Amino acid sequence: MADQRHRAALAAALAVCALAGACASAPSASAPSASAAPGSPPPGGGRITVLAAASLTEAFTTLGDRFEAAHPGATVTFSFAASSTLATQITAGAPADVFASAGTEAMDAVTAARRVDPSAPPSLIARTTMAVAVPAANPARITALADLARPRTKLALCAPTVPCGAAARTVLAKAGLTVTPVTEEANVKAVLTTVRLGEVDAGIVYVTDVHAAGAAVRHVPVPDAVNTSVGYPLAVLAHAPNPVLAREFVAFVRSAEGTAALTAAGFTRP
Amino acid sequence: MSRIRPSVTSSPLTSPSLTSPSTTHRPRITWPLAVPATAGALFLLIPLAALLLRAPWRHLPGILTGTGALGALRLSLLCATAATLCSLALGVPLAWVLARTDHPATTVLRALVTLPLVLPPVVGGVALLLALGRTGLVGRHLATWFGVSLPFTTAAVVVAETFVAMPFLVITVEGALRSADRDLEEAAATLGSGPFATFRRVTLPLAAPGLLAGGVLAWARALGEFGATITFAGNFPDVTRTMPLTVYLALESDPDAAVALSLVLLATSVAVLALLRGTWMAPGTGR
Repeated sequence: MADQRHRAALAAALAVCALAGACASAPSASAPSASAAPGSPPPGGGRITVLAAASLTEAFTTLGDRFEAAHPGATVTFSFAASSTLATQITAGAPADVFASAGTEAMDAVTAARRVDPSAPPSLIARTTMAVAVPAANPARITALADLARPRTKLALCAPTVPCGAAARTVLAKAGLTVTPVTEEANVKAVLTTVRLGEVDAGIVYVTDVHAAGAAVRHVPVPDAVNTSVGYPLAVLAHAPNPVLAREFVAFVRSAEGTAALTAAGFTRP
Repeated sequence: MSRIRPSVTSSPLTSPSLTSPSTTHRPRITWPLAVPATAGALFLLIPLAALLLRAPWRHLPGILTGTGALGALRLSLLCATAATLCSLALGVPLAWVLARTDHPATTVLRALVTLPLVLPPVVGGVALLLALGRTGLVGRHLATWFGVSLPFTTAAVVVAETFVAMPFLVITVEGALRSADRDLEEAAATLGSGPFATFRRVTLPLAAPGLLAGGVLAWARALGEFGATITFAGNFPDVTRTMPLTVYLALESDPDAAVALSLVLLATSVAVLALLRGTWMAPGTGR
């Protein structure tokens, strides 16, 4: 009986430990970089977390690979989402090193919350413009921006609170078009996915997303006269767990090699 | 409501009140159980308490009238209820088949129908798109034959919620049907009752508590459904933007509003569950 009680106690203790371990493991994911940060990290080594706008997914993934290749021992972890979502996470204290936002609004919010490293203020790294993406089969035969206003056209936009949604609405307003989207997605990649799957007739995305999607979608250009451009500010964050490597990454993105990679992905110079 | 308890076949799980006399004394709470039990309760309650404490109580009225919250709440309640009814209509017969057949194929079928339980809901949404979307396996024909396109409609929300919630109902009801007294069904059959009449007038009343529990579970799951809905049904105010989607979008711009909206969803579900408490929370009705 006593033996049983002991075993039960042991099991309970193990369960509590497992629970505590599970609870503790989430924040400690960034612990190695945190412990390496303040002192003297190995030059170029360690780990950084980069929060970047969803529209930078392909370009930054390439940049990250090249940066790691040029900096042995360095690991770059990306989190791609709507810039507004990332800004909320940063303001709430997410342990990240670098932030790249689509449009200046999200970066401004982060700056206003004193989350940007004051010694390295945000600066633009690239620009993109808006484009209409249609499924490869183009079921609604959309060939121009004005076609989006045709009745019964299924259109996907980003939600107005998200940078790509605000830019899409600017374009539509400049063109004098009144449209009713069937869905307002939370980020630009979600719009692209509905187009790619052929569930909508068209979506307004960044021209760089059409570029990234390759043959899966078709590009219907937005005329320059009504188009709007979106800049991408990049900054090192205050409280970055690994500020040294973060600054190296930012310098790399701004270098000739970084600019070339961004241009290859369809971005223009700022 | 009257409750018919399965008598002979009941396991200790189903009706603690009917177990043997040796265990009728109240068990002493021992610390190896009390400690993890307390930890478990705190683990569940502290996040809820945090939500309550951090809620922007002063701005609550403004947030609720300003963010389309009421429309979203109405849509959520409507869709969750419709999804529960769909789950009952399709899931109860399915649970009956699973509970009353012993074919090896039944085991496979059971594993398959409960798959949405472990499937990430977003993947469920993609699967629904591939099946019922405009270019999907079945959806293609729906579009050409009937001119029906499900995605981005309120019906799509109900479909997504049913897909995710029905397995909860099926496993709950199957358990209830298994523990129901088969002798009573056989007696009904002996007395000349047809199979469907037996199911309707004997089996269903026997499994009523399980049916209710399964229905409540499915409703609660449908009410909180997010991933499959946003993937399959899209995200548009008053058409497909349910409360969880509204909360998600509010997080983008105004975390305070997200907390307030979550509280509304919580309060609503607690109110509904409290209404059902008399029957649902009583012991012995879980399975």
